[in-house]
Amino acid sequence: MRTIAALLRRDLARLLPGGRGGGMMLPLLFFLAVAMVYPFAVGPDAQLLAATGGGVIWVAALLAAILPLDRLLAGDVEQGLFDQWALRGISEELVIAVRLFAHWLGFGPFLMLAAVPASALVGIDGETLLLVELGLLAGTPGLAAIGILIASLTIGLRGSAALAGLLAIPLAVPLLVFGAGALSAPGEGGLALTGAISLLLVAIAPFAGGAAIRAAREE
Amino acid sequence: MHGFANPKRFLSLVRWLTPTMLASGLVLAAVALAWGLWFVPPDRLMGETVRILFLHVPAAWLGMGGWAAIAVASAAFLVWRHPLAALAARAAAVPGMVFTAVCLATGSIWGRPTWGTWWVWDGRLTSMLVLLFLYFGYLALAQAVAREGGSSRIPAIFGLVGAINIPIINRSVVWWNSLHQPPSITVGKSAIDPQFLAPLLVAVLGFSLVFGGVVLARMRALLGDIQADARLRRKAGEAA
Repeated sequence: MRTIAALLRRDLARLLPGGRGGGMMLPLLFFLAVAMVYPFAVGPDAQLLAATGGGVIWVAALLAAILPLDRLLAGDVEQGLFDQWALRGISEELVIAVRLFAHWLGFGPFLMLAAVPASALVGIDGETLLLVELGLLAGTPGLAAIGILIASLTIGLRGSAALAGLLAIPLAVPLLVFGAGALSAPGEGGLALTGAISLLLVAIAPFAGGAAIRAAREE
Repeated sequence: MHGFANPKRFLSLVRWLTPTMLASGLVLAAVALAWGLWFVPPDRLMGETVRILFLHVPAAWLGMGGWAAIAVASAAFLVWRHPLAALAARAAAVPGMVFTAVCLATGSIWGRPTWGTWWVWDGRLTSMLVLLFLYFGYLALAQAVAREGGSSRIPAIFGLVGAINIPIINRSVVWWNSLHQPPSITVGKSAIDPQFLAPLLVAVLGFSLVFGGVVLARMRALLGDIQADARLRRKAGEAA
């Protein structure tokens, strides 16, 4: 229990926005920047923006989730921290699970906050905004899990940032389909399915990520 | 199965198996395509365009079968550390990707006269497109890992995670599709006439043999690469 608390404190100090090393501040600003350029691309037609804005917020959230992946785990592996933890009998799975929770805490709730000004930029109404927020609440754990998983698979590879994007996007399709799909068909179970997929991804990520880190150590 | 973990025994087997599978597969596929092109009557609903079916259906089957092969080989590699399984997974990725691309291309060519457009966001088309991107990702990851001397368990983990996600992606796309448009024409659902079924089965068998032959040939090439590397390193060690 004390191990988990210590790991979590350390992770949160680094991953919360404004934490050491910038934390998740840059992805959030990037998210707002994507929401800002969208009306420039399609024009300021209020009707068109209102009809498509919710989906744009989802795309922006996905892109922002990919942005910080190359420094989510790589630093700790390079410094040999995972080896130290393994020597102390702390499993990779536990470290990854804690990191996943901290990553989501530094990303999900703040993304939901940033979605409020973003919703004004892309011109969606309050009702749609509520659905977007609920969808993000259900979907961001899944996005964080995909992020951790891909980050652990691309540790130490050159050009890992571009590779991470290519690997993460197809895996995120179901989250996007159900999360953004709930906007056009509220009450058809889209939100529940988003949550279900999120939970599945959260359950897979620590084991796949732990296996990936052990594999990277052995070669 | 474990007997073939010995590369020597494996190589002596594939030396004759690879050309046999490739040759018989190419002959069967050519027969099936010729059969489908000239000897099958035009379909009542689809007309002459039905003939592309004999390339499209095997491509779709092998595009999906390719990832199934990656998943099975990856699981075998992760569980039993069977070294040839990692090579098999890597070797299956390229033909799988090519057949997925062929499936999308032929589907698009078929869709132009039938649906009047090159692309519709139909459930099956869309999930094949996502599968194609999974192949891109897998190959990019496997190549990056091989180039930088990483563990071959890394692409194997991605192969398994992808295999878990493929049914979810497929279901989600179907749900999304029913949300946005009524299902596209599903002529394929109607029972297939034996006149079409026979050449179709021959085509599936022929292209599957080609797929197997290509996988074995690529495994041989990858194994040859590894052996050449090892020999160079040994020679360099002796010279030093």
